[in-house]
Amino acid sequence: MSEFFHMGGYALYVWGSVGVTAVVMIAIAAAAILRHRRELCRISRRLRRERKMYESQA
Amino acid sequence: MSVWQAFIELLKRDLRLAMRRRAEIANPLLFFVMVIVLFPLGVGAEPNLLERMSAGVVWVAALLAALLTLDSIFRSDFEDGTLEQLLLSAQPLSVMVLAKVVAHWLVTGLPLLLVAPLLAMLLGMKSEAMGTLMLSLLLGTPVLSLIGAIGVALTVGLRRAGVILSLLVLPLYVPVLIFGAAAVDAAASGLPVSGQLYILAAFLVLALSLAPVAAASALRISLS
Amino acid sequence: MNSFMKWIHKWGSPPWFYRVSGMMLPWLTGLFVITLVYGLYAGLVLAPADYQQGESFRIIYVHVPAAWMGMFVYMVMAFAAVVHLVWRIKIADVVLISSAPIGAAFAFIALVTGSLWGKPMWGTWWTWDARLTSELLLLFIYLGIIALHSAVEDRQSAGRATAVLTLVGVVNIPIIHYSVVWWNTLHQGTTVMRLDGPAIAAEMLWPLLSMAVAFKLYYVIVMMLSARGEILARERKSRWVRELVGGE
Repeated sequence: MSEFFHMGGYALYVWGSVGVTAVVMIAIAAAAILRHRRELCRISRRLRRERKMYESQA
Repeated sequence: MSVWQAFIELLKRDLRLAMRRRAEIANPLLFFVMVIVLFPLGVGAEPNLLERMSAGVVWVAALLAALLTLDSIFRSDFEDGTLEQLLLSAQPLSVMVLAKVVAHWLVTGLPLLLVAPLLAMLLGMKSEAMGTLMLSLLLGTPVLSLIGAIGVALTVGLRRAGVILSLLVLPLYVPVLIFGAAAVDAAASGLPVSGQLYILAAFLVLALSLAPVAAASALRISLS
Repeated sequence: MNSFMKWIHKWGSPPWFYRVSGMMLPWLTGLFVITLVYGLYAGLVLAPADYQQGESFRIIYVHVPAAWMGMFVYMVMAFAAVVHLVWRIKIADVVLISSAPIGAAFAFIALVTGSLWGKPMWGTWWTWDARLTSELLLLFIYLGIIALHSAVEDRQSAGRATAVLTLVGVVNIPIIHYSVVWWNTLHQGTTVMRLDGPAIAAEMLWPLLSMAVAFKLYYVIVMMLSARGEILARERKSRWVRELVGGE
């Protein structure tokens, strides 16, 4: 097991590479998901506001 | 008016306008000189080092000086509405763009080309390489103007276009720089330069045929 | 050709794209996880160590797929650019701008993992050979595309200007791929995508192909996620969006 982490002495390079890849890919995916969620919230908030205005006018 | 006549008229007009502001022609030249002078001051005046670097330094300086002047291709016409008139005219826009780029090169690239050997001498470039230097710049600086025109066309309507222009145009300039400097380096070492020069010529032909079209469509987009 | 055009127009409709991508995402994610887990396990644990490079060769399992994706994403963007400019399909613009950050990320990963691989292998973090330089240029071209899109204020012009820029930059892609053929580079030559078959052992190849598939799935997934957000933003006033959100 420790041999797996040690990677024949190349641990810094191998795990560094895997780490950078993981961090960047997770960050990009998270940004996309968050943006989608933000747009959904914005739209539903506006819809609720419009519904309230419509009801108060009726 | 035939297409050829329109091309010549636009070229003459742009040259006439440039001649009226003759002082502005000196600006990129001065910049070119100053950049080249900065290198010995920065890296030390050791002659071997300077001579080895001379090809690259002259080429990088030419590139930066070209970048500096790109804005002038469309800026003044954009601001007074002439550019829009050009778009609306019956003449093919890519030919009109080519006329403006040729005028730009005659006013910026050609002076650079003529002054380069003197500056290369300051850096101690070997005399065998001078001919190749002039030839590589002769082939390369028009490519810089042509590719630059695409970048300017894309950014002409933007505020602070200068920053983003460099970001867009420099990656496309790199192949020209690599082969231009490589040609001069090879000449200085006595090696054959035909390969690099042929590639530069190929870039020129490619740019001459495609860049005006790309710049024209970019102009239509920017001014829509 | 006709069915191809129909396919383009079908996906070209924003509500269709939004709905169908939403349905596809869970399946794509499942496939992604499977190929990723297999690729990582088979690559990092099962595959035998390279007799020359030892364990450090395992970086191949993130470096090469990332490099392939950097180019693949750009080709997708170039295709989307053509579709947008020629047939004026709005979704093509969304696909292009959603793909750009992902492509840039892959190019960045390829450069960093390559550097981490180069240090033990070649003894240097960086060298200015043709392959590395053209990959760096690819990253700059991606960043230029993203910068141009955010600088132009009118959304329509922004989309079309970035499409033109993408097509102008496409000349870099063959330069990257053939850089190891045309120049004497420190970077090794083409090992996998060769006409006479890959020059790599099978147990090392399969995890690599699995990672390549996983990264492709990742691209489609994240591009769709990003595109859905962009579509909502652009079409927020339209009826189908209001029904979609209001109905929840």
